[in-house]
Amino acid sequence: MSEKEPTDWLDALHASLTQDGVVLERIDAPGLAPARLVVLPAGDWGKLAEVAARLGARWVAGFGADAGQDRLDVHACFEKGGSYVLARTTVMRAHPILPSHTPYYAGADRPERHTQDLIGVAFLDHPDARRWVRHKAWLDSVYPLRREVPVGGQPPAETPPDNDYRFFFAHGAGVYEIPVGPVHAGIIEPGHFRFQAVGETVLNLEERLGYVHKGIEKIAAGRDPAGLARLAGRVSGDSTVAHAWAACQAMERAAGLEAPERALYLRALMCERERVANHLGDIGAILNDVAFTFGFYQFSRLREEWQRLSAQAFGHRFMMDRVVPGGVATDLDGKLVEPMRAQAQAMRKQLDKLMAIINDSPSVEDRLVTTGVLKPEQAAALGCQGYVGRASSVDFDVRRDAPYAPYDRFELDVPVYHYGDVAARVRVRAEECRAAFGLIGALLAQLPSGPVSAEWRAPVEGAEGLGVVEGFRGEILTYVRFGADGRVARFFPRDPSWTTWPALELLIHDNIVPDFPVCNKSVNGSYSGHDL
Amino acid sequence: MLRILGKIQRIGIVTEPLPASAEPALGEVGAQLKARIGELFGGSLAIREVDAGSCNGCELEIHALNNPYYGIERFGVHFVASPRHADMLLVTGPVSRHMQAALRRTYDATPDPKLVIAVGECGANGGEFGVSYASCGAVANVIPVDAVIRGCPPTPINLMLGILEAIGRRART
Repeated sequence: MSEKEPTDWLDALHASLTQDGVVLERIDAPGLAPARLVVLPAGDWGKLAEVAARLGARWVAGFGADAGQDRLDVHACFEKGGSYVLARTTVMRAHPILPSHTPYYAGADRPERHTQDLIGVAFLDHPDARRWVRHKAWLDSVYPLRREVPVGGQPPAETPPDNDYRFFFAHGAGVYEIPVGPVHAGIIEPGHFRFQAVGETVLNLEERLGYVHKGIEKIAAGRDPAGLARLAGRVSGDSTVAHAWAACQAMERAAGLEAPERALYLRALMCERERVANHLGDIGAILNDVAFTFGFYQFSRLREEWQRLSAQAFGHRFMMDRVVPGGVATDLDGKLVEPMRAQAQAMRKQLDKLMAIINDSPSVEDRLVTTGVLKPEQAAALGCQGYVGRASSVDFDVRRDAPYAPYDRFELDVPVYHYGDVAARVRVRAEECRAAFGLIGALLAQLPSGPVSAEWRAPVEGAEGLGVVEGFRGEILTYVRFGADGRVARFFPRDPSWTTWPALELLIHDNIVPDFPVCNKSVNGSYSGHDL
Repeated sequence: MLRILGKIQRIGIVTEPLPASAEPALGEVGAQLKARIGELFGGSLAIREVDAGSCNGCELEIHALNNPYYGIERFGVHFVASPRHADMLLVTGPVSRHMQAALRRTYDATPDPKLVIAVGECGANGGEFGVSYASCGAVANVIPVDAVIRGCPPTPINLMLGILEAIGRRART
């Protein structure tokens, strides 16, 4: 299957903007493939979003950067029909004001506030003036990603709790407020959920995230490529392979380097194994949240068996630090090819049997079907993709629609469901596992021989690259720019959770509070991947 | 229902004994475990897990402690929903500054006698994240720590060993 020809939506975008007197400059930037780079004046930034929305493009990600010499760069990435466009504009520090994309794309809300908090660009007409990732660890006059702010910053000895964030509040007889977190009752990442409820029914849910903000973007600067891959692999530990792959893809594209064929196949093998491990665990956890403990224990058993073979084959249960710049850190022993193929086949049978039991159980059906419905138009409005999007009619998968090696050599079944309830998000995961088992078999059967890594070649100063990978949650988009001495100057990993966290706030409406855990688990947004 | 029962019967019990021959110290500690817990905590150990900033890798391996292969509850160890019910805090991650107050309050809310175990490279020394404007680094930089379980993430076996070691250490004081 050859690389898809880019559709001409960029031409339509260009034409429409030109008609409105906006100068959209196309810049040749091969490192930023699969995206095409366009640059436009700051004053027209809002118009860009207006036209892109009218053309039906998806808003993928947004981020900023200190561009040096009193300039701040702001980026926004769009996608339509598998074709990405990365737009860039520049504002001066003395006047760091840009029109917001949020009036046209609800999914731009939090990314813009993230950029505001860390880089100090103010987005006009943004409907929400509140800080987002900034709690109380730094002042509102400090922008940690600006180059003059040291990595250590000037934090207080004890950072006070974030007590004065103003939450949306409901009034009326019988309405009460439930604050949950940041520390949660289970073994789970921290975040705050503010419910407004009447009886058991949720009127409104508002999230407050940023509790696990670790300054990833700041500490990326100055790292060498190996160090960046290690950091990327810890943006969200459950997606360590996919995030490291996206970062290495971006770095390799910036360097004009390609990993060898065998390495690409091994990366895909690891990424598919990661997908399956997470889906097995998540299906089990969803069942646990509706008290179907039989299912929980069976699925956690399968996940354990799956992780053990990953450890045996690649040296780590999560395959962390196995994807490295230029290839992979460890080869696959030929003796393990057959056990891996056999396990995928056996696991498929086990999955089918368990799904048959689940689908046939009236008490499980009662809890999962019609629970937590995310309507297709809501998913589209937020730019949801991954299994959350695919359970609500968003028919997109990077591996099929913007394929990267080695996926461009394989056919891929992409499951899409339309009802958008928890049951649909379970079914999508089960289908993705089945597709993964098939892919694993095909990858193993066609595994090329050869080296597993290419010698690194330091990119020139200013070289940029983009990595786009389908992790288990969905599309990861990673931007890297190099500085001097082959070290990283800017790293921005856009975890797919940015698009799905807002979806949780919508799909919980009219559900009961006790169904929040299963709804949350059915989305399984990454807190760490979101907070950076 | 028959299919569920049939599946349970066919799969059976998969819980593994803690490896004895490969790690002699393990067997010894394992045998002492219940005695230590009996001395200090009246027959059981209640653990409250706190993610103070981790990447979630450690959480997944801690979850695995409750899967059928490891089944940590057979050692009298169980996870509880509130620090007020806990004997031990199992803390993961570098402590992000935005979690510093929450971790402190959770520690203060845990009644004495209590133990704190810092989990993972991040919990031990800040890991890849270190100390920054956003991160306090090691858990010991924020609350007193009795034991550290290294690893990125530590495997379920190493987690179990570490929890047992903490019990042994405390009993010596």
